[in-house]
Amino acid sequence: MSLQAVTYLIVGATFALYIGIAIWARAGSTSEFYVAGSGVHPVLNGMATGADWMSAASFISMAGLISNMGYGGALFLMGWTGGYVLLAMLLAPYLRKFGKYTVPQFVGDRYYSKGASSVAVICLIAASVTYIIGQMTGVGVAFSRFLGVSNATGVFVGMAIVFMYAVFGGMKGITYTQVAQYCVLIVAYTIPAIFISMHLTGNPIPQLGLGGNFVGTDMTLLSKLDQVVTELGFGKYTETTRLSTLNMFVYTVSLMIGTAGLPHVIIRFFTVPKVKDARMSAGWALVFIAILYTTAPAVAAMARLNLQATVNKAVVTGGDLFAEEASIKYDERPDWMKRWEVTGLLKFADKNGDGRIQYYNDKTKNADVLAKAEAAGWKGSELTVNSDIIVLANPEIAFLPDWVIGLVAAGGLAAALSTAAGLLLAISSAISHDLLKDMWMPDLSEKGELLAGKIAMAFSIVVAGYLGLNPPGFAAGTVAIAFGLAASSIFPCLMMGIFNKKMNKEGAIAGMICGLGVTMLYVFAHKGLFFIKGTEFLGLFGGKENFFLGIEPNAFGTIGAIVNFVVAYLVSKVTPDPPEHIQHLVENVRIPRGAKAVDGSHAH
Amino acid sequence: MDKSGKAYWKAVLTLVAQVLVVWFVVSYGAGILFAPELNSIKLGGYPLGFWFAQQGSMYIFVALIFIYAKLMGNIDRKFDVHEE
Repeated sequence: MSLQAVTYLIVGATFALYIGIAIWARAGSTSEFYVAGSGVHPVLNGMATGADWMSAASFISMAGLISNMGYGGALFLMGWTGGYVLLAMLLAPYLRKFGKYTVPQFVGDRYYSKGASSVAVICLIAASVTYIIGQMTGVGVAFSRFLGVSNATGVFVGMAIVFMYAVFGGMKGITYTQVAQYCVLIVAYTIPAIFISMHLTGNPIPQLGLGGNFVGTDMTLLSKLDQVVTELGFGKYTETTRLSTLNMFVYTVSLMIGTAGLPHVIIRFFTVPKVKDARMSAGWALVFIAILYTTAPAVAAMARLNLQATVNKAVVTGGDLFAEEASIKYDERPDWMKRWEVTGLLKFADKNGDGRIQYYNDKTKNADVLAKAEAAGWKGSELTVNSDIIVLANPEIAFLPDWVIGLVAAGGLAAALSTAAGLLLAISSAISHDLLKDMWMPDLSEKGELLAGKIAMAFSIVVAGYLGLNPPGFAAGTVAIAFGLAASSIFPCLMMGIFNKKMNKEGAIAGMICGLGVTMLYVFAHKGLFFIKGTEFLGLFGGKENFFLGIEPNAFGTIGAIVNFVVAYLVSKVTPDPPEHIQHLVENVRIPRGAKAVDGSHAH
Repeated sequence: MDKSGKAYWKAVLTLVAQVLVVWFVVSYGAGILFAPELNSIKLGGYPLGFWFAQQGSMYIFVALIFIYAKLMGNIDRKFDVHEE
């Protein structure tokens, strides 16, 4: 059977599995449709949360970026896990005690204001839509490779499938489907990692293999990698950071507090049976997330070594990397490179016309490397590899069997679809229920509400798909912006709602608007108005990139959050205190006893 | 809030602060700020700073949540505010 056929078979089988489980679970209980996870064991709920959380950015994009960035890529690892500690301690138990279904509902009640709730809806939509753009980028990469089409066609196919999937209804709400998706994605992620770790280090556990010796030598894998990449002019793998320490710091903060502010994640903790369970389920979710996240650095480092070894034979033999014979001939390149060239995400340009592939850092400041390259007749690096392809190409680079390659495709799609569907449902319920039904059109029929939700979904997919064609960065980078938006708007508002009982509606609204506002302004100045290419307005700020303390737009959520806190605090000092009953409400939320089942009629 | 309510909230905030200190030290401290210094120490084949950044901090985060959940349970029972 051809690779193509195997891939279709595995992807098809996993889809059949999800749909089968959805039908089976639906027959069992209709309330499951709305209340994700109540009455489900906390361990299973943790798995489902893991699937909901780990998106195309985690699965497809992250290891590739780490592979490229080396040590500095750790900001994604720490940023996307550390937030769960904050979630477990600062938000989840209290939001559960509060007993509402969605973030805008909490904001509306706590700040006794429909205005605050509307602003929260806007923040939620801004973060969610940006997040979906990142998913579309990832889905586009996956489909383009497995259908053998261009990246743009891949995005269109992805849009159609995500739409059908999300409109299917409460697919996302059914915890058991997500448990299945978690199993598919984690198996798909770890199996190639185990194979490759065995192959490179003889240790089947990737987390240990990464700290082990390169097979057949007494040199550690990491020092071998350090040596190879520095000889070719790249930064030392275990130390290099693309970013300054300040940037890495605020970037990590932004991802962490963004995690604790993303609506589709928080929502899962609203509906667990007890306050106690809210704390525990955050822990279980992180266990299942950490399985992938601690494997990712091994995948990253090993893929990097494998990639270098593919194009330069001297990497394995330990000979001279600059010898003519070391670089492989383009005509003899492995099949996987040919397959990825079709997508346009891997490119070769024979700059010195010798028919061989030279891959090194031609922009290095190391004069020694440049001199060697010149002496060898190299005229610049000839291979460009898009970071987003590393995880998907990884099993091909390592010559793993076809079924593993197909499995990885299925895993990537499971990750992208489960998250995109979750986000789309969050958007559609925010618009149709929190905005239309609760505020603008109270007499909207249930049918009308559902229709409005579907229209909102379709519209978000089209917007996200369009922007996914011209993404503002790699999947993980775009998703990082979504976290920045959540970090600067929703997280501070929820925190102050729980920990500062004097926080009033004026402060909360002003804080959210200013926090989200400065973050969007900074991001759009760099990446274009609503990410549309050509509308950047850096000129207004002196034309220099990263003009505020050298901080990257992707990391700016932290600054936005600080602005939010400060503005909210100052405004609340000069405006009236919240009413007495709200202050009592906050005191009551802080104590676990008396947590009731979640109320509030919330459809889909 | 009555007296025991205040004492309960104080105990909660103290625990949260303690957990956050560890959370900060392993990730931002060992993983970022002091990683270059720690890299001269080796943990197996890992430079220690690199290990904290790409492995260790995540293991510690998981442990922290379970420790927090356990200790919060104790505090809830001590102040008699736990769920029946």
